[in-house]
This record gives sequence, structure tokens and C-alpha cells, in this order.
Amino acid sequence: MSLKRVLGATTALTLCSAAAAFAQDTTITIATVNNGDMIRMQGYTDQFTEETGIGVEWVTLEENVLRQRVTTDITTKGGQFDIMTIGMYETPIWGANGWLVPLDDLSEEYDVDDILPAMRDGLSHDGTLYAAPFYGESSMIMYRTDLMEKAGMEMPDAPTWEFIREAAAAMDDDANDINGICLRGKAGWGEGGALITAMSNSFGARWFDEDWTPQFDQPEWKETLSFFTDMMNESGPAGYATNGFNENLSLFQQGKCGMWIDATVAASFVTNPEESAVADQVGFALAPNKEGVEKRGNWLWAWALGIPAGTQKADAAKQFIEWATSKDYIELVAENEGWANVPPGARTSLYETPEYQEVPFAEMTLNSIEAADPTNPTVDPVPYVGVQFVAIPEFAGIGTQVSQEFSAVYAGQQSVDEALEKAQAITQEEMEAAGY
Amino acid sequence: MARAVSTRRKTIATAAAWGIGLLIFFPILWTILTSFKTEAQAIADPPIFLGFDWTLENYRVVQERSDYMRFLWNSVILAGGSTILGVIIAVPAAWSMAFVPSKRTKDILLWMLSTKMLPAVGVLYPIYLICIRFGLLDSRAALVAILMLINLPIIVWMLYTYFREIPGEILEAARMDGAGLKEEILYVLTPMAVPGIASTLLLNFILAWNEAFWTLNLTAANAAPLTAFIASYSSPEGLFYAKLSAASTMAIAPILILGWFSQKQLVRGLTFGAVK
Amino acid sequence: MATQHSRSAARLMMAPAVILLLGWMLVPLTMTLWFSFRRYLPLRGGDLGWAGFDNFTRFVTSSAFWPSVQTTLVIVGGVLVITIVLGVLLALLLDQPMWGQGIVRILVIAPFFVMPTVSALVWKNMFMDPTNGLLAHLWRLFGADPIAWLSEVPTTSIVMIVSWQWLPFATLILLTAVQSLDREQLEAAEMDGASPLSRFTYIILPHLGRAITIVLLIQTIFLLSIFAEIFVTTGGAFGTRTLTYLIFQRVLESQNVGLGSAGGVYAIILANIVAIFLMRIVGKNLDR
Repeated sequence: MSLKRVLGATTALTLCSAAAAFAQDTTITIATVNNGDMIRMQGYTDQFTEETGIGVEWVTLEENVLRQRVTTDITTKGGQFDIMTIGMYETPIWGANGWLVPLDDLSEEYDVDDILPAMRDGLSHDGTLYAAPFYGESSMIMYRTDLMEKAGMEMPDAPTWEFIREAAAAMDDDANDINGICLRGKAGWGEGGALITAMSNSFGARWFDEDWTPQFDQPEWKETLSFFTDMMNESGPAGYATNGFNENLSLFQQGKCGMWIDATVAASFVTNPEESAVADQVGFALAPNKEGVEKRGNWLWAWALGIPAGTQKADAAKQFIEWATSKDYIELVAENEGWANVPPGARTSLYETPEYQEVPFAEMTLNSIEAADPTNPTVDPVPYVGVQFVAIPEFAGIGTQVSQEFSAVYAGQQSVDEALEKAQAITQEEMEAAGY
Repeated sequence: MARAVSTRRKTIATAAAWGIGLLIFFPILWTILTSFKTEAQAIADPPIFLGFDWTLENYRVVQERSDYMRFLWNSVILAGGSTILGVIIAVPAAWSMAFVPSKRTKDILLWMLSTKMLPAVGVLYPIYLICIRFGLLDSRAALVAILMLINLPIIVWMLYTYFREIPGEILEAARMDGAGLKEEILYVLTPMAVPGIASTLLLNFILAWNEAFWTLNLTAANAAPLTAFIASYSSPEGLFYAKLSAASTMAIAPILILGWFSQKQLVRGLTFGAVK
Repeated sequence: MATQHSRSAARLMMAPAVILLLGWMLVPLTMTLWFSFRRYLPLRGGDLGWAGFDNFTRFVTSSAFWPSVQTTLVIVGGVLVITIVLGVLLALLLDQPMWGQGIVRILVIAPFFVMPTVSALVWKNMFMDPTNGLLAHLWRLFGADPIAWLSEVPTTSIVMIVSWQWLPFATLILLTAVQSLDREQLEAAEMDGASPLSRFTYIILPHLGRAITIVLLIQTIFLLSIFAEIFVTTGGAFGTRTLTYLIFQRVLESQNVGLGSAGGVYAIILANIVAIFLMRIVGKNLDR
């Protein structure tokens, strides 16, 4: 162990104990997203307060509102929050701007090396961790084993898009209200934009070439978008242009989807018998690729907790982060809610726990996470990092507008060519405005 | 005596009005009903109208997740504070416009209304920066002030239109009797303008209660009103119709009840000078 | 007659409101103007210097600009037409003698009390959802394919939602005006054999003119800035991006405050054009 780390750990410990001594009336404010795992965490915060004497105020917001709120606050140094829930897109950009407190002095007990390497890389800038993953995800195929069997097909562990399209058509059953495949079509870079971008990687497309020239005029994009639209029109649900993660989740839980390619975290919801009508008929497979393309269409994402620079309560905030993303927290949830419900995808040790290995989706989740490569996401070289996003500040705006054009294709309002032409123009405009 | 109304005509009018009234009210009714269902019943096909197992579970879950009373209290303070403050500032202005009009009165009035057309998003950053500078983020004071300013033009205008309907002779008579400006406003004008002031208060309370841009963007934990409360229930993971309905019902119930009880006052004064 | 004394008193009394609103207008306006000439990119380190008129040209030459102006006008215009036409009819109906008038009036004004976020969420999820929405169930009941409201007819859907919110307001104002109609004049016309339609056109409608103008003015002010309804339902997709929403995208999604501020300046200009136009009508109508 290096001297630096020992020093760091000691400082952290001293700070922590010092904080605990006068923390009796410290209260930290945390902005978070209204996802199930975060809501569950809120239920356990009383335990944290009991242990440390630090009070916690939650500001729980819907994802889009949260982004708008925390971005305004961090860029203007508003100081409204002591901890912000952010993703793999924001963390490296904010870290590079010096807006986040580096998490380089976490306690030894916390075991930062246990964080999955893919997650740790994605939440770091220049090798420094800026946010600790609460849970991480990739994407994978979730499918109905019973319907697959009925269609007389068998899902390979690593299927191709061609196979998926064929299987979707075979499973589609309008009379029984079953859609062969459900995918995100909703506008927004983190919604439908994420899926189509990850998918485009597996078709050999990319957002920018190495000179930051947009690539929507290339045949790979046309192929991606046409394939997606055709497949969804054949076997997708009505109105898929407005379906996002949530809409698809509820369709799948109601037994209205044959297949669904989406975040690995969904696996615990669709296999939970209390919420899902098809809990014991779900199988998992790696996200598909186009025949002959080595990249797969699976993304990488983490919801992580970061501390804005300038907060007066950095120590208390750090204590909370260590608590919420620790091994102990995972065990706490496992004890109370079962192993299938712990926050997944953040720690190596979780996937080495024998009880967790028995969870049906554990292995495929880990394989998917390990198969994603944010630093090298596309077939052709690109100047950016990120699988389903481009880690530059302008992307949120561009990505959302481009995905709006795509959603208009899904809704039948314009053709693939028109959409790509507009996407190219929008991206060019915005990149120019940003000074590229 | 007005026209004799045939029973037939009255029946038709009643049926039509009730039909349309129920149709307009239906989305609210449906939300309230859904809030008492389980999540599975909320999306049942065919939809269940009344024959479900009434449950308070959703309200329990929502209350457990967020402290409703705190959001409610903030809403009351913000809406109430901004409205009262607005009326206090607007009464003298409206009085002088109505009774001592000059050539520029109408221009000033119209200019005031035009300030309402500033797109809020465009000035989010400026206002945010100002709030930081004065340490006013997440404070009720800042929001009371902003909501007051947003609604001030409407308040001034509404009051102006009522005041104008008050005949000037009365004021002159009061003046003859030696009433000063203060007495004039307090004892002569105000009593006559009570319906107008009441409905101005009500309308602006509603508008401030429902304002969702500033109240969401300038608050965190301390000053967040019900509009922020709702923002944590839109599109969460899994089935959510019933919980969303419960949260929605909780957010609109207070203002709905207030509106219903005071609808006579609201209606009586809500003319904006439309009747002459 | 107003004396010199009361005149200056009047000025004094008007001062607080005028000064406050002037501040509320000038401070943000000046800052917006300042930002609109700067290259202000918060995520790239903030204020990066003078930008000249770049932001202004970029904002209008953007492919999204004119469609957004058009969408704004369509939504505002659509809601105005619907609320005023239905409002007049509803006001005439509610004016008829009937049983339970008070309760009907309560039912009709209720939507006005619902906050825009809530009404957008309720309509989007519980009514317009193509799978679980109530309208989808209704469509299926009649054997039709459910409409995916927010992607197939997005602008219409938003106009519907907003109209539902504003219809009560229009109805109330118009109802007050209808109630002040001269009954004797109407009865005389009826005696003279005037048809219901001509009574409506020649007596009722002119009488409502003033009320209609007021509804027009107040609603336009609020409708130009609708935001929550679009944010919640379509997020600006499918051609529902209004000018306000475009500015939101520039400022908050693209994090280009300079460009967004330039958009804000345009929006202010547009709003003022609409305002002057409206004021001329209203001004004439208020001057009686």
C-alpha cells in the first residue's frame, strides 16, 4: 500500500470522526432521481442518521427535471445540494471543470478497488474518481421464454439483429395483444437516443469522425434507422414513438412484449413476481450486433453520487456516499428485500457473492457490463468517449434534438432520409455554435 | 316576471348542462377514483369505474415518501404571501388609475400587462444568479417576491376595472364631508370593492399556487411547494398510475376545495371589466 | 374634479407598483440583453467573451426557429378559438334556467384549479396513453385502433389539454357578460319573429364583444408562455416545440446561455408585437 493512500485514509478517518463528533445537527441535502432503488435508499436513511447523527433532506425529482435542476445549480455554483445524483455523462465533464469534490480519499474499509473497473473508469476524469456508483447498468435482451418456445425458436447467448427481427415477427401476436419486440422510441438523449446510438455502434455507425464532423450522412446510420423503424413497424407496440424505459417496463410486466432490449436493472423488476405477471418466464441474452460487426449494441451507465465543490458539508456528504455505495448497504438491502433487489452493477464483490450468483440475471448483467467499452465504442475511430452518448457538454442538447427527429420518423411524420438530413444539419449548427 | 319557462325546455337545458359539466369534470373525477385503486386495478382492461376494492395504500405510500404537510405549508405561504403582498401594492395604484386618470394611465396599464409576456426560461440564469448573490435560493422570500411580481399586472388590472365601476359621485360626496384620501380609500372605496378584491385575491392565489416554473427551479428542500412534490411522481419506474393519482389529488385538493367554497365570490368579481 | 394635490398623491400611490414592475422588467431584461451578446457557455467555463450579433443570427437561421414560431401561433390560436367558441356556447347554456345550476357551474370551473403539471401528467398517462389510457379503452370498445395521441396528433393533443384548462376561465367571464344581457330587448326581438340565430348574431354576440376581447387578451398572455404542458407530454418532439420551448432547449439542454438569451430577446419582441396588436383592439374596446 502506498504511503499516499495510507495518508489519505488516515485523513479521511480523522475527518470522519471529527465530523461525527459535531455532526449532531448537520443536515445534508441530496438531489436524486425517482428510480426504485433510490426510493428504497430513502427508506433506509434513518439508519444512516442513527449511525452518524447526520440528517438527510431528499429532493426527489423526475429525471429530466433533476438534470435541469442540478446542471443550473452546478454551473452557477448555487450550492443548493450537498450531494447530486448524476450519471456517467455528467461526471467526467463536471470533474474536468473542477466542479466536483474528488473522491480520492475514501476510507480503506470502503474498498474503492472493488468498484467494477468499467464503472470506475466511466466516473473518473484523468484517473480520479469524481462520483461513486450507486448502481450501474448495461443493456441486454430480456425475452419471454414461453413465447420463444411457442415460436419454435431458440435464443442464442449472443444473437444478431437479423435474428432478433425474425424472432420478433414470429412472436408478434396481435390477437393476444402481444408485441414481438418493445424498444424505446421516446425523444430524449437518455431515452430513445440512448438505444438508437448504442444500436448504431453495432451497425458500424458513429456520431462524429475524428475531426468532429457529424456522420449522419453515412450509409451506416441510414441502415440503423431503417432497420429499427421497419422492425418496430412490423412487430412493435402501437405508439412506440413515445415509449421510454418506463412505458416498456410496464408493457413487459403486463406480458405484452416478446422481447425487450433495455437496461440490465430492469431484470430485477421483470422477474419480481409482485410486480410482473411474467416473472418466471424471462430469459436474458447479450444485446445484439449486426452480422459481421464486432461491436454490440449494449451501453454503459451508472447512477452515481457526487459532491459539488464548494459545499460546506463535504465531509458529511462523503460519509453518506460511503454508506450508500458500500458493501454493507448492499447486504442491508439483501437482508431485508432479498438479493435480487440489491443495487446491481457497481461492485465486483457482489458478483462474487454465492447468493447473488444464483440470481438469474446476475451473470448476464456482468457479462453485458464487461462487454461495453466506452473508450472505444465504435468500429471506426472516434474522438469521444461514451457508448450511448458523446461525453462533450453540447451532447445533451444535440442528442435530444436529434432523437426528436428520429421519434418523428417512428411516428410516421417524416422519412428516414429527412430525419438524417435534419440530424446532420442540427448537429452541424450546434457544433459550430459551440466553436468546434 | 321573466318569461314563463316550459318544463320541457328546462329539462333539456338541465340534461345538456349536466352532461357537459360531468364531461369536463371527468378527468378530475377519474384521477380521484384511481387514487383509491391498486396499481393493477388502475390499468385494468376494461377500466373499473366504481367496483374496485377501495384502498388508502397509495396515500400511505406517498406520505411515507414525502412529507406532504411541508410542501402544502410552503404552497400556502407562497401563494398566500405573494397574493396579499400583491394586493397591498396594487390597491393604491389601481385607485389612482381609476379615479385620477391621466393621458398615460392606459399606456401604463398596458405596459404592465406586457411585462407578463417575458418568457420565464429566458431569464432563468439571470434570476438564478441574482438569487445566489443575495443568498435567496431555496428561500420563501424570493419566491413570494417573484410570484408577486409575476401576478402584479393582473392584480392591478382586475382592481382597476372594479374601481372604475364605482361611481365618482360617491367619492365626491365623501370628500365634501371632509374625508381625506386615507378615509376615502379605507371607508368608502374598500367596502364597495370587497367583491372585486375578494375575487382578485382568489384568482391570484390560484395562479400562484399553480405556478410551476419558478417554484420548481428556485427551490430545493426548504421552500419547495406542491409543484415540486408532484415532480417526484411523474414517470417513476414500474406501475405508477395509482400513486400518481394519489399525489395529484393531494396536490390539487386544497385549491379545489377552496375554489368550490368560494366560487360565488370568485364568479361575482371575475369580470375584468367585461360587463359594462 | 381631480385637484393638483390628488394628482401628485395619485402619482405617489402608483409609484410602488410601477417601480417594482420596472425593476422586474429591466433587471432581467438588461441581463438577458448582456448575455445575448456574449459567448456564454456554462459547461465550457462560463463567459467566454464578446460574441457580437452571432447569437442573434444563429438563433434565427437555425432550422428550428420558424417552425417554432409557427407552432407557437398554432397552439395559441387553436386554444383561443376553441375556448372562446365553446365558452360562448357553454355560457349561453349555463344561463338557461335549470336544476342544480350551482353544481354544474362548480363542475365546469374545476379544471381551472388544477396545476398545469398535474393536468398534463393525468392527460398524458391516464387518458392519452395508447395502451392503458382511457381513450384507448374507449376506442377499442368501438372496435377501432387506439390513437397514439401524443405522437400521431401531438399538437392537437396539446391544444386539447390546454383548452381543457382554460375553458372554465373563458366560460366564467362570458357567463358574467351573458347574464348582463338586456332581457327585454331579447324578448322584443323574439316577439318580432327574429330567429334564434339572428338574435344571437345581432344582439348577443355584439354584447359579448368586450368580454371576448378580454378573454383573448388575458389568455394570450398566459398561453404564449405555456411550458409545463409541453415539457411533460412530448418534450418538444413531433413538431410541438414552441418558441418558449426552443429557448428552454438552448439554455438548459444545450447549455448555451448566450444563444438562449438571444432567443429570449426575440421572444420579447414577438410578445410585444402580439401585445401591441392586442392592445389596439382592447384599447378600443375598453374605451367606452
